[in-house]
Amino acid sequence: MRDVAVISWAQSPMVGDAGALNEVELIMPVVQKALADAGLESVQDVDFTCSGSCDYLQGASFAFVSGVDALGAVPPIKESHVEMDAAWALYEAWLKIQMGQADSALVYGFAKSSPGDLPSVLSLQLDPYYLAPLWPDSISLAGLQARAMLDAGVISETDMAEVVVRSRGNARNNANAQLAGDVTIDELLAQPMYVSPLRKHDCCPVSDGASAMVICTVEKARALGHPYAVIKGIDHRIESNNLGARDLTRSVSTEQAAAAAGVAQGPVDIAELHAPFSHQEIILERALGLSEDTRVNLSGGVLAGNLMMAAGLDRIGEVAMRICAGEAGRGVAHATSGACLQQNMVVVLEAE
Amino acid sequence: MAELAAVVGIGQTKYQTKRIDVSIAGLVREAARNALDDAGLDWDDIDAVILGKAPDMFEGVVMPELYLTDALGCNGKPMLRVHTAGSVGGSTAIVAASYVQSGVFKRVLTVSFEKQSESNAMWALSNPQPFSPHLNAGAGGYFAPIIREYMRRSGAPYDVGIKVATKDRKHALRNPNAHLHLEDISMAMVEESPMLWDPIRFLEACPSSDGACSMVIAHESLVGDSPRAPAWIRGTAVRSEPTMYAGREEVNPQAGRDCAADVYKQAGISDPRKDLDCAEVYVPFSWYEPMWLENLGFAPEGEGWKLTMEGVTSLDEGGDTPWNCSGGVLSSNPIGASGMIRFAEAALQVRNDAGEHQVEGAKTALGHAYGGGAQFFAMWIVSADKP
Repeated sequence: MRDVAVISWAQSPMVGDAGALNEVELIMPVVQKALADAGLESVQDVDFTCSGSCDYLQGASFAFVSGVDALGAVPPIKESHVEMDAAWALYEAWLKIQMGQADSALVYGFAKSSPGDLPSVLSLQLDPYYLAPLWPDSISLAGLQARAMLDAGVISETDMAEVVVRSRGNARNNANAQLAGDVTIDELLAQPMYVSPLRKHDCCPVSDGASAMVICTVEKARALGHPYAVIKGIDHRIESNNLGARDLTRSVSTEQAAAAAGVAQGPVDIAELHAPFSHQEIILERALGLSEDTRVNLSGGVLAGNLMMAAGLDRIGEVAMRICAGEAGRGVAHATSGACLQQNMVVVLEAE
Repeated sequence: MAELAAVVGIGQTKYQTKRIDVSIAGLVREAARNALDDAGLDWDDIDAVILGKAPDMFEGVVMPELYLTDALGCNGKPMLRVHTAGSVGGSTAIVAASYVQSGVFKRVLTVSFEKQSESNAMWALSNPQPFSPHLNAGAGGYFAPIIREYMRRSGAPYDVGIKVATKDRKHALRNPNAHLHLEDISMAMVEESPMLWDPIRFLEACPSSDGACSMVIAHESLVGDSPRAPAWIRGTAVRSEPTMYAGREEVNPQAGRDCAADVYKQAGISDPRKDLDCAEVYVPFSWYEPMWLENLGFAPEGEGWKLTMEGVTSLDEGGDTPWNCSGGVLSSNPIGASGMIRFAEAALQVRNDAGEHQVEGAKTALGHAYGGGAQFFAMWIVSADKP
């Protein structure tokens, strides 16, 4: 395995409505910043580019085609796209570096979720014959999962509120966050139910924006002379789409990915978990085997701002940048896709 | 450096207008099962699944890799979903190859599909985008002016496209999987078909198909586990450029030329017409054969049409470099799978397993796919000979 370094990450402010800004206008600033922070002039200076996006969020086929307009792909570039969170675009790029076809790569993800009804759009991820016609939206399904956990006595409503208190508090230090502030458990539990047992604050907000990252071989990172974090382990697993066939109170695919990525092979100083709902953060902490010593979601996590198709990549970026800044020696980043944590990626990052 | 990988299993479905006998999951599972059977393997022998398809709007399922996990035996394994427009089937095969060539995985399953009967693909391709001028034309309307520019520049006779359309449908008669089996196909029949987007006639355009294609790609060390001859992956390349920019060459795109040069270099191809025994090239509209003959370096610029008219690309006429012996995209077009079918058919040829449409003694073949506004390219070269 070649060690791969994360050398830069740029994220746009996470906003509830980006107004008239189109996807190209969301992508260009973060791509330019990620390249500039890596000491590179343009996309022509990396060997490979890969992005993550979802046509349905833009309401048009080939949403990613306009993304290419944001890059400066003249002369033509080596480029690919996943219809997934950009964390999986990073995975594709990581493989390209492993096989020696690239020494460096630009990865980006973007979404403008605000124009549509995101929870309903996501219901189209379900079985199109038996389940999707009933339009179970993503919040209702997460509610079923939270209810299963409460009924099993695995968590309490107070546990869920604690996650939100910590997210809002941590997000005060995140200039890009959409939701931040000082709240108490009592204040949160006094709020009305939204989709029982979820209150509105248990659900991530809908956000518009983009983010971008540059990764490269450790040799190239050293040559560029910037601080960097090294990807020491990366793995992703998926499980059944049939919610009735899964134990929703745990995340088996996260456990599998964590074992394969080697999470337990050292102390975990920090973790960024892609948990769109408060109770899911608790599931993930357990699946990853994190201890009390791990500081979780110092950015506020996606409860503070949820850039669809980039939120997973953002988790990797958050951990990497804290390692680059010397705030942590070893960290874990997690990305998810699908209803109730169906698909999960785990990345272990370390300081050199 | 890259590990050696080969195609050890190939599975396709029959391509047809509507597969009402199977669900989307049933369709992809059929192709995957065929590939596993072909490779003498079972679901447990697969380390990861790489899925490709064109826009989700074609079936109305968002990120269908999630829904298809169980059908593809992927529970507990890594799943990745590629989408690079029309080139996606080719891009997906290349990503799947990288799983093994990276040394991270030993054996992977890759599948691509489209079940176009679930929607109207022509209009799903050109729905209006916010903040952009609306091109209410479909793919044929987009490419017709570019073809007209090719005709103007090259001075090609009007019936080159008719010849390609006829030739590929004759090839399709040899391929039991092909969607279109037009027994009485002739140049006159193509010429008399209705003009859709001048100069593209109805029979000069690809059909809209349901279908899936799958391959098992294995590391060198596991190639012996499968009974069929391996198709060694000798080179893979992708290139992208924006749809529009000042001075863009749309007839003979730079991205296609660069991609071909890259893959030829990896595979040691100096003269593609001489060094390649056959090619499966993405030709959804007839005139793209002469255009790609030039873009891929089989003919000098402006002279691709001469090869077509001389029968160089025809199996029936004994051409020296047959193109699209399977019948090509003009005979079967489940969009998301069309690129992978090209890649898989190239592999079938070099393992001497293409049945009635086999090019005798084929050892080295090109698989090609393109997408978007002829701006995304994916190519691979496979060979019977181990590098």
